[in-house]
Amino acid sequence: MTALTTAPTPPRVGPPEKRRRRVGFSQRLSRWDVKVSPYLYVSPFFIIFAITGLFPLLYTGWVSMHKWTLIGGDAGYTGFDNFTAIFQQGEFWLSLRNTFMIFLLSSVPQVIIAIVLAAILNQNIRAKTFWRMGVLIPYIVAPVAVGLIFGQLFADQYGVINTALSAIGLPKIGWHSNTFASWTAIATMVNFRWIGYNTLIFLAAMQAVPADLYEAAVIDGAGRMRQFFSITLPQIRSTIIFVVITSTIGGLQIFDEPRTFDTYGTGGPSHQWETTTMYLWNLGWGPQQNLGRAAAVAWLLFVVIVIFALINYFVSSRISTSDARRGTSKQSRGRRGSTDRKGATR
Amino acid sequence: MSSVPMTAQTAGKGAARAAARRRGHGGFGSNRRPKWLTYVILALVVVLSIAPLYYTLLLGSSDQQTISKHVIPQWLPDASIFDRFSDVINTDSFNFTKALTNSIIISVVTAFSVVLFSTLAGFAFAKLRFKGRRGLLVFVIATTAVPTQLGVIPLWIIVTDLGWQNKIQAVIIPALVSAFGVFWMTQYLESALPYELIEAARVDGASMIRTFWSVALPAARPAAAMLALFTFIQQWTNFFWPSIVLSQDNATLPVVVKLLQGSFHTDYSLVMAGVFLTTVPLIIVFILAGRQLVAGIMQGAVKG
Repeated sequence: MTALTTAPTPPRVGPPEKRRRRVGFSQRLSRWDVKVSPYLYVSPFFIIFAITGLFPLLYTGWVSMHKWTLIGGDAGYTGFDNFTAIFQQGEFWLSLRNTFMIFLLSSVPQVIIAIVLAAILNQNIRAKTFWRMGVLIPYIVAPVAVGLIFGQLFADQYGVINTALSAIGLPKIGWHSNTFASWTAIATMVNFRWIGYNTLIFLAAMQAVPADLYEAAVIDGAGRMRQFFSITLPQIRSTIIFVVITSTIGGLQIFDEPRTFDTYGTGGPSHQWETTTMYLWNLGWGPQQNLGRAAAVAWLLFVVIVIFALINYFVSSRISTSDARRGTSKQSRGRRGSTDRKGATR
Repeated sequence: MSSVPMTAQTAGKGAARAAARRRGHGGFGSNRRPKWLTYVILALVVVLSIAPLYYTLLLGSSDQQTISKHVIPQWLPDASIFDRFSDVINTDSFNFTKALTNSIIISVVTAFSVVLFSTLAGFAFAKLRFKGRRGLLVFVIATTAVPTQLGVIPLWIIVTDLGWQNKIQAVIIPALVSAFGVFWMTQYLESALPYELIEAARVDGASMIRTFWSVALPAARPAAAMLALFTFIQQWTNFFWPSIVLSQDNATLPVVVKLLQGSFHTDYSLVMAGVFLTTVPLIIVFILAGRQLVAGIMQGAVKG
């Protein structure tokens, strides 16, 4: 019984001698129940994940070392041939560049706009729930649908955006022909769907900032801008790191939006918005039907994502520690305040 | 809790009064109602959030000739969109009804199984003591960051070997569990389920599974509902893997959206009506459970 839970000191149940007398089949069964149950409960996750998540990821490495076609299957070990072949493809490097640029154009404005919106929502506004739900609406539109709708909004000839541009006397932009413009259009779709979601995450983080930090700042004569930059931003830094890393992992795999940006779905006439996941798809399930090479791309993309996530993690945590050192005195004051508050509510 | 007395304690009476006075001039902790500009900005954001969906309604209520002449064919949608809906539903290019049924089956089944398995594992991780608990939990957290989407090639090979191409179990089975779900339920149960309740059930002679069923599961209900909601939406909007294994006669709604583009690209009013139609079920979910969705995201942010 004492080994039942993870509680630091589990309460003893009943006097020990009484328990000893009952040692029998049911007692042994109960011990067995306590010992085995935890493993039984976590096993569905680990078994299914091992088969559908971990094994495929490792097996991708195996396939990437083989000549392997969609119809013909495994045609023998080729070592790193698939990798060297891909490194020589200009299309691969183009796809990496496109993925990276779309990621940059979506994640940076996304985080900034979401933080600003969260600060606006963090005021004492009327109809809070209404506004929070309002910013979340885009989240329920599937990325493929977003791609189609924005493909139309950004249409080169009859699109709403180009029409609006020429109405105010600006030249039309070739959203589907100009490389940078196509990245911007696709990044806009990503931003559309995720800004509201991230706004709510930042809003939650801002509400967790102890109010007395702001009070102290007001006493020190800090204005609203100063409060935002010196208290709000440093206090929600761990949330910013979280959002940046999740958007790195998701953003570098982008597929749905660029695939539906035009009717063909191959990333534009000269691959200007073909992302790496689209390239993977084209290699495997497009005309080449080369699963071996597609697997090599998958493995390379995996490595790229891990490297980026780590870089982002180290850069953002470094910024946060150097900042913490600067604001030590204020922070410790805030912590003391928050424990006081806990005591008061009890 | 009034903050004035505490400020008075820590910084003196004058400071407290000054702070209270200055709070009247704004600041983020202020209780004062913000000015009209705040509402104008928020209204603009909400309009921009709705506009793309509204635009699909406008294009769907029009026809190709009008669309090619006027970017905004009309300002209000009309009943003619229902003709487009029925055209999309009755087309020969894909089986819409089948896709709708598939999307419902996939989303409901995966939501149910993710919640069940995550709660089971979360209960064990949060409240039970066993060897390797910490290590396994770290493994779960690490896997939430692994892009499993990149395992599509072996998944495809396995599915082909099993003869599951174009069958929905090929989509359902890889989605039965979620590392995020396990992490989420572990976090929730850690704080929401008191040890005393578990001990009490055990003293009363309940077996482990009985304890889970009648103590842990009821305690987990709010977090479980949110997890179900998120899994449902995620599967409903999932495109990459379904578009690889499923084809037009047995698709899901996102796959249908892509097919719309290929089959009707000469008539964009049909395409847009179809896009709206595939979003309707989630609009209904949002109207019914949008509040919980907001709460779920905000709760996850603080804990995650």
